[in-house]
Amino acid sequence: MIKTDILIIGAGPTGLFTVFEAGLLKLKCHLIDALPQAGGQCSELYPKKPIYDIPGFPEVLAGDLTKNLLEQSKQFEPGFTLGERAETVEKQEDGTFIVTTNKGTKHQAPVVAIAGGLGSFEPRKPLIANIASFEDHGVEYFIKDPEVYRNKRVVISGGGDSALDWSIFLADVASEVTLIHRRNEFRGALDSVEKVQELKSQGKINLITPAEVINVIGHGKVEGVVVSQSQHIEKEFIVETDHFIPLFGLSPKLGPIANWGLEIEKNAIKVNNALDYQTNIPGIYAIGDVNTYPGKLKLILCGFHEATLMCQSAYQRINPGKKYVLKYTTVSGIDGFDGSRKESPKAVVKAIK
Amino acid sequence: MEEQDINIKITDREGVTHDIVAPTDMAMNLMEVVRSYELAPEGTIGVCGGMAMCASCQCYVESDTVLPEMQDDEEAMLSEAFNVKENSRLGCQIQMTPEMEGLIVTLAPES
Repeated sequence: MIKTDILIIGAGPTGLFTVFEAGLLKLKCHLIDALPQAGGQCSELYPKKPIYDIPGFPEVLAGDLTKNLLEQSKQFEPGFTLGERAETVEKQEDGTFIVTTNKGTKHQAPVVAIAGGLGSFEPRKPLIANIASFEDHGVEYFIKDPEVYRNKRVVISGGGDSALDWSIFLADVASEVTLIHRRNEFRGALDSVEKVQELKSQGKINLITPAEVINVIGHGKVEGVVVSQSQHIEKEFIVETDHFIPLFGLSPKLGPIANWGLEIEKNAIKVNNALDYQTNIPGIYAIGDVNTYPGKLKLILCGFHEATLMCQSAYQRINPGKKYVLKYTTVSGIDGFDGSRKESPKAVVKAIK
Repeated sequence: MEEQDINIKITDREGVTHDIVAPTDMAMNLMEVVRSYELAPEGTIGVCGGMAMCASCQCYVESDTVLPEMQDDEEAMLSEAFNVKENSRLGCQIQMTPEMEGLIVTLAPES
């Protein structure tokens, strides 16, 4: 059981900044995220896109913002459960919550802060009628362990970086790799596209474009896929395979959190009108893009503000009756949980007369 | 209706057609117009914020309005989207300009 003061669901910018604000109040944090790395949308969707409305940064790349937030929170030693989705929450008699992930990892905390952004990223599934019956029987939307495909036949579908990168990687693992894409052009990095072309000319990858998989066939497990090339006379044919891996990117969904008994409005979690961003369940807060209240703006900078106020409320909840005075980091410095101390040099800059 | 506004028709995912007055002086795109008029549930359109990265604002252009040329990122996103037709465009890539007067679109199904 992982125990912490504030359990944060979502390791995007808002979740990461919560670690810092909680740290100033001597509260420890642990973060859960369905993605295998911290950073949320910023690192998953647009790491190379500039953001122009972060105070103090005329321009910052989304990926760099994530790196900076991780650096800023590092001294407060956050814990991470990555690649797992928060599945259930159970309130305990002592007022704490136990949150269990889809992989069974249990976390306990007196405060839960949902900073889930748009939700957990789920794979976008192709519109193939019978595909669900083959899931985990040869159809996979993520590649968790490449060894599963050793000496097997694999069909990958998609035109982005994931499809290209995994085709390249599995060319040396699988007995046969077929890459199918709806267009002749790919959306991935140029060097990946060139590498796939090279592997195709070496006979290590079968490339079928423009085409799409329209059906999966097999008895209890994948035995082949039906491919359509509508511009050819022979429109449809079967490619025999052991695995079909559609890689069409990710789509955010609120996911299991929607079943936690929280008040949901407009696909977001309703909070108490910007007072301290508490939900209808005392002790569970929602901050950042995942929440809604009158006047809500889905901006990173608003998420930072919400995280700051939420931490003050969480402190009072964890330490009832304990007095706290707001301190300025310029004056009091920062004491990291790792033993580090940051403070400005003591010097009279200007006297107040 | 202000002088700088245009008239467009948007059919929502329920099949209801809305006559919309859209401003051309607020740097809005079609996806943002749909959101501002709440023609699709929040969280089901403009998911990526308008970066041509999700196709949640895909629409079918029903009028012969001359649209801005499709850029690489929009074309690439549509190549991976579902329910794509010949007249598919991403709403986030269609800016509201005076040239869009009379535009008629239908929102693609949520996928």
